[in-house]
Amino acid sequence: MPRILKYPDAICEALEQEMSRDPSVIVLGQGVDDPKAILGTTKGLVEKFGSERVSDTPLAEDGMTGVAIGAALAGLRPIHTHIRMDFVLLAMNQIINMAAKMHYMFGGAVYIPIVIRSIIGKSWGQGAQHSQSIYPMLMNIPGLKIVAPSTPYDVKGGLIQSLRDNNPVVFIEHRLLYYQKGHVPEESYTIPFGKARVLARGSHITLVGISHMAVECLRAQRYLKEVGIEAEVIDPVSLSPLDIDTILASTLKTKKIIVVDNSWITCGAGAEIIAQLTEKNHENKGIVFRRMGFAFVPCPTTPALENSFYPNAKTIASTAYEMIYGKKDSWTPDAELTIEEVEFKGPF
Amino acid sequence: MTFSADKSILYKKFYREIYRIRRVEEEIARIYPTDKIKSPVHLSIGQEAVSVGVCQALRPDDIVFGTYRGHAMYLAKGGDLRGMIAELYGKSTGCAKGIGGSMHLIDTNHGIMGTSAIVGTTIPLAVGYAYGLKLNQKDSIAVSFFGDGAVDEGAFHESLNYAALKKLPVLFVCENNLYAIHSHHLQRHHSDNITERARSYGMPAKRIEDGDVFKIYDFVKATVEKMRAGSCGPVFLECVTCRWKEHVGPCDDFHLGYRSEEEVAAWKRKDSLSSLGSLLESDIRNKIELAVASEITDAFKFAEESLFPEPERLYHYLFKE
Ligand SMILES: Cc1ncc(C[n+]2csc(CCOP(=O)(O)OP(=O)(O)O)c2C)c(N)n1
Ligand SMILES: [Mg+2]
Repeated sequence: MPRILKYPDAICEALEQEMSRDPSVIVLGQGVDDPKAILGTTKGLVEKFGSERVSDTPLAEDGMTGVAIGAALAGLRPIHTHIRMDFVLLAMNQIINMAAKMHYMFGGAVYIPIVIRSIIGKSWGQGAQHSQSIYPMLMNIPGLKIVAPSTPYDVKGGLIQSLRDNNPVVFIEHRLLYYQKGHVPEESYTIPFGKARVLARGSHITLVGISHMAVECLRAQRYLKEVGIEAEVIDPVSLSPLDIDTILASTLKTKKIIVVDNSWITCGAGAEIIAQLTEKNHENKGIVFRRMGFAFVPCPTTPALENSFYPNAKTIASTAYEMIYGKKDSWTPDAELTIEEVEFKGPF
Repeated sequence: MTFSADKSILYKKFYREIYRIRRVEEEIARIYPTDKIKSPVHLSIGQEAVSVGVCQALRPDDIVFGTYRGHAMYLAKGGDLRGMIAELYGKSTGCAKGIGGSMHLIDTNHGIMGTSAIVGTTIPLAVGYAYGLKLNQKDSIAVSFFGDGAVDEGAFHESLNYAALKKLPVLFVCENNLYAIHSHHLQRHHSDNITERARSYGMPAKRIEDGDVFKIYDFVKATVEKMRAGSCGPVFLECVTCRWKEHVGPCDDFHLGYRSEEEVAAWKRKDSLSSLGSLLESDIRNKIELAVASEITDAFKFAEESLFPEPERLYHYLFKE
């Protein structure tokens, strides 16, 4: 019997195991020691490791990122948590001007092992300022590693790997991934950065989904199966470094690819992945490309508009169908409620 | 007392204002479990006296900026109730056309320049607005409402420094409800000295500890007069207060254990609404309460009956034409 864990419990287990193994790991962030414990992901840590290693911070995102960098210089391995990725925007100065640059700028004299952990929000009127997913901006920055696992297995292994990495790692979760359940071994383990995960095998089309969009792609894959289309679904897991080879191999096989960003399309991961595929596939062997992502506006709160702001399994499946059978032959799967729609009742 | 207005008229006005905000939010809390309001709601119940005391001392052409916990400020400054409830319902008739939700209320017709869900972001905006007022030689003032959590942010300190440096007509109002979510302010600040820190930037600063709506009103009334006369520069007011409900959502949160029921009960005992109510004749009170009740019924009915935005609205407001 495989051991099944929920996504947040896998995060908590990773933190607990790595803090036990390595006394230099410290957890910082607003609310990490509070009764709600970052949606349960830091539960029990302050009781077990004490308030010196698990501590709440003032609302001072940029300053506290600098503090984490300083602590890392002194030999600690801080993980700084933001309950929404939007708040990382306040820390961009320290992340980009300092953390990402210091090892290089000082000729390797110092290194910055910090993890910046944040959760992307969605739905229930999170709105323009609580639903952003700024990994594309960060992918533009050399010196940062960026990971956004979609499965409980990868979130545990990825977080432990992030804490052991000697560089700044941006670790990205998604609020709606907190409903995912899956196999998670009890022992401590890591997953390598720069290695994509193939979530489903298929030969007709490649679907690449970032973060929660990997789940939507898997749902789309199930819909497509009903109409005889075998989709291959890939979660890149790490966005920087990016495992383009796995995606290229799949695309050369299927000749069709949709990259579904969990962000805006412009300059997104989809743009990067498709550009790299194009460069690597010099003779362009008749591959058809498509990008999907957020509508190019801030996220509206009203459900009437929020629904069309995001791609979903239905729109992904019908886009895939159209890429295979052409425009005249359109098809949309019947909608079925997702676990998030059933379970997520807000507010955050 | 720095003013000589007829107290009984003020009692009535303040009672109506506080009662109205309290009842609106109680109605939001009552409706919330139906899932008709798909928007995180940060209720101000318990903190109404701050918004009412401040806004009653303002003029319609004064400008306020606030936070996601903005229902009280919005209503106290004269924001349209129908527009607010429709906004919570995500309807196209909302004050932000359903796009903003509870955390992004705005009513520029009544000097409400918008509320933000990112802590500390509107403090410099109020300072900038005051800069504009000064340059345009207006005698209205800008008011910035924010919580004790915002005091932690760099933007707070940068804003106070600049406002003092340029002697701008901005009133900073810190609603110190002692917590940022579940984190007590002494878990985030070395000392209980927000006003002293504000003063150190070069502005008068006052702390009102008991949530008394009259003390708040009197102070702001006297202050804005000086500010309008020019040259006074920014002023800082810290109002200690208490959020009765959970940080976000319609329920109590004593089960979490981060604060005691008694701590909140002590504030409930000195609730401005009941003390004001006891000063009014019961028929006057009844009249106010009935009028408020029908206004609220109307606003919720309006929200229920309004339409959701049409799908093409998704792209509508990206840029100003
Ligand atoms: C920059 C930023 N950091 C963190 C948050 C998450 N957050 C939302 S409300 C809040 C507490 C703010 O407390 P305070 O300013 O005292 O206002 P109150 O909620 O008590 O009215 C926090 C930390 C945020 N919205 N913005
Ligand atoms: Mg507070």
